[in-house]
Amino acid sequence: MNRSENPILKLEDVWVRYGTAPVVQGVSLEIYPGETVSVVGSNGAGKSTLLKAIMGARAAYSGRIIFEGNQIQKKRTEEIVTTGIIYVPEDRRLFRPLSVEENLFLGAYALDDEERKQKNLEFVYDLFPVLHSRRFQATATMSGGEQQMVAIGRGLMSNPRLLMLDEPSLGLAPMLVDEVLDTVRKLRERGLTILLVEQNVREALEISDRGYILQTGRIAKHGSAKDLLESDEIRKAFLGM
Amino acid sequence: MTVETLLAQALKALVSGLTMGMVFGLVALGLTIIFGVMDIVNFAHGEFLMIGMYCGLLTYSGLGADPLFGLPIAAVVGFALGVGCYYGLVQFLLRGPMIAQLFGTFGLMLFLRNLALLIMGADPRGVHHGALVGKSFVMGPGIVVELTKLTAGIFSLLAFAAVWWLMNRTRIGLALTATALDGQAARYMGIPTEKMNAFAWGLGGTTVAVAGALLVNFWPVDPNVGLLFTMIAFTTVALGGFGSIPGAAFAGLIVGLLINLPPIWDAISAFSQWPILTAGEMHQFKYSFVYLAFFLIMVLRPRGLFGWKY
Ligand SMILES: Nc1ncnc2c1ncn2[C@@H]1O[C@H](COP(=O)(O)OP(=O)(O)OP(=O)(O)O)[C@@H](O)[C@H]1O
Ligand SMILES: [Mg+2]
Repeated sequence: MNRSENPILKLEDVWVRYGTAPVVQGVSLEIYPGETVSVVGSNGAGKSTLLKAIMGARAAYSGRIIFEGNQIQKKRTEEIVTTGIIYVPEDRRLFRPLSVEENLFLGAYALDDEERKQKNLEFVYDLFPVLHSRRFQATATMSGGEQQMVAIGRGLMSNPRLLMLDEPSLGLAPMLVDEVLDTVRKLRERGLTILLVEQNVREALEISDRGYILQTGRIAKHGSAKDLLESDEIRKAFLGM
Repeated sequence: MTVETLLAQALKALVSGLTMGMVFGLVALGLTIIFGVMDIVNFAHGEFLMIGMYCGLLTYSGLGADPLFGLPIAAVVGFALGVGCYYGLVQFLLRGPMIAQLFGTFGLMLFLRNLALLIMGADPRGVHHGALVGKSFVMGPGIVVELTKLTAGIFSLLAFAAVWWLMNRTRIGLALTATALDGQAARYMGIPTEKMNAFAWGLGGTTVAVAGALLVNFWPVDPNVGLLFTMIAFTTVALGGFGSIPGAAFAGLIVGLLINLPPIWDAISAFSQWPILTAGEMHQFKYSFVYLAFFLIMVLRPRGLFGWKY
């Protein structure tokens, strides 16, 4: 990893709360261009809240969030999307009565270039051929796995500079989990910068460059994915060894 | 009366019901768009219509132009009115509880009504001259349709087609649909949902004001004219399904036919030699049929005929 570069995303001592309860408590984190970084932690650790804070969907009441050199923690969600961060939420939030293709085109809303849109559409259909054959189907009637493909595909439609995936394997059968994570691996190989939140700690770290362990809102440990996989904390807490 | 004249009357009522139905549909369209996008009921909707009617009237009496020139003026005024109300009032109401939203637009209704009273006075005023006014179109022996109503129906149909195209074939329409379905998810797509809300209010204001400018050609306007139309529009929206555009058109037609039921009924009862209700009674109750239909729909199919969101 070439660390002479500046991080594409940098969080400095970020705090987020619900009501009076702080849920994210002073998180600092960095992602460099081209990296895949995993944030892992148990249920309720604050992973989704952290991503929502980056998206401006939840206010960070203290700390700084810097994307490509600019502070973004006061910006609106739609402005943050326009600067190049895309969030694929854990509950997917598809536009359920709309078709696959309408959902995908909505994903490209921030993009003005029609030609690019068409290219991206082809790219998504290449990545998930099943979506092409289902392109006019209402997403509400699709299986969980297909819906997740639409959610990821929709996230890719606007050429994100940073893609944040919140538990893309949530609720999927083991075989589909592998398929989804394999897709993430492919995207990584294409040079996309990815922030991945996962419950499948081992699989996530295996396709990541680095990882952060979030425990009750704080970073308990971080380092290269390889080191984390071999560390005692991870082996005991998440891999049952 | 002969059977022929009754039949002609019934046909005339049918045509009039369909054309008025399109106008009722257009009146309801803005209400359903606004409700569909942000789940807020605009009690001042009839007052928007009243303002559209005054746009037509003033084009005629103030500028001395044909009331038809009031259409583009009403469209612009309606858009500005909708957007202004959104940024000036509704965006704050949306952050409050349901009850605040109800009272908020109710207050807007009272405000606009009294403002009109202050500026225009209480007397009903109508359009007496114009390219269409007083002319009629003969469709057959005894079947005479006023040109003003026919034109209003046709223009309403065109307005529906335009809005349908906008919602289904354009980028902004798709973004509006996305905002209606899930505002937070729409923001994750980079859609500025606040602007979309304002646009929905503008579009709602435009459509209802245009309906008003069409209506004033044959319906006198006074500051209180909105009440009846708000009630009819609420029924139409509920009948068609909250948030549905084809639903508004279809339900508008049903409402138009129901209100024109009495002459049709007269014909049927005279024809069958079995006068259950006399004409006078029927005419008195013509709006009750609309509410009866509303009641039935609420019992049998609460999400309306074309409901999609609920
Ligand atoms: N809307 C909310 N209102 C109040 N508390 C919330 C809200 N959303 C989340 N929380 C709380 O914040 C904490 C962190 O939630 P968060 O969803 O960020 O966890 P997570 O790490 O993503 O968990 P999971 O792995 O289950 O998705 C939890 O204790 C949760 O109960
Ligand atoms: Mg979560």
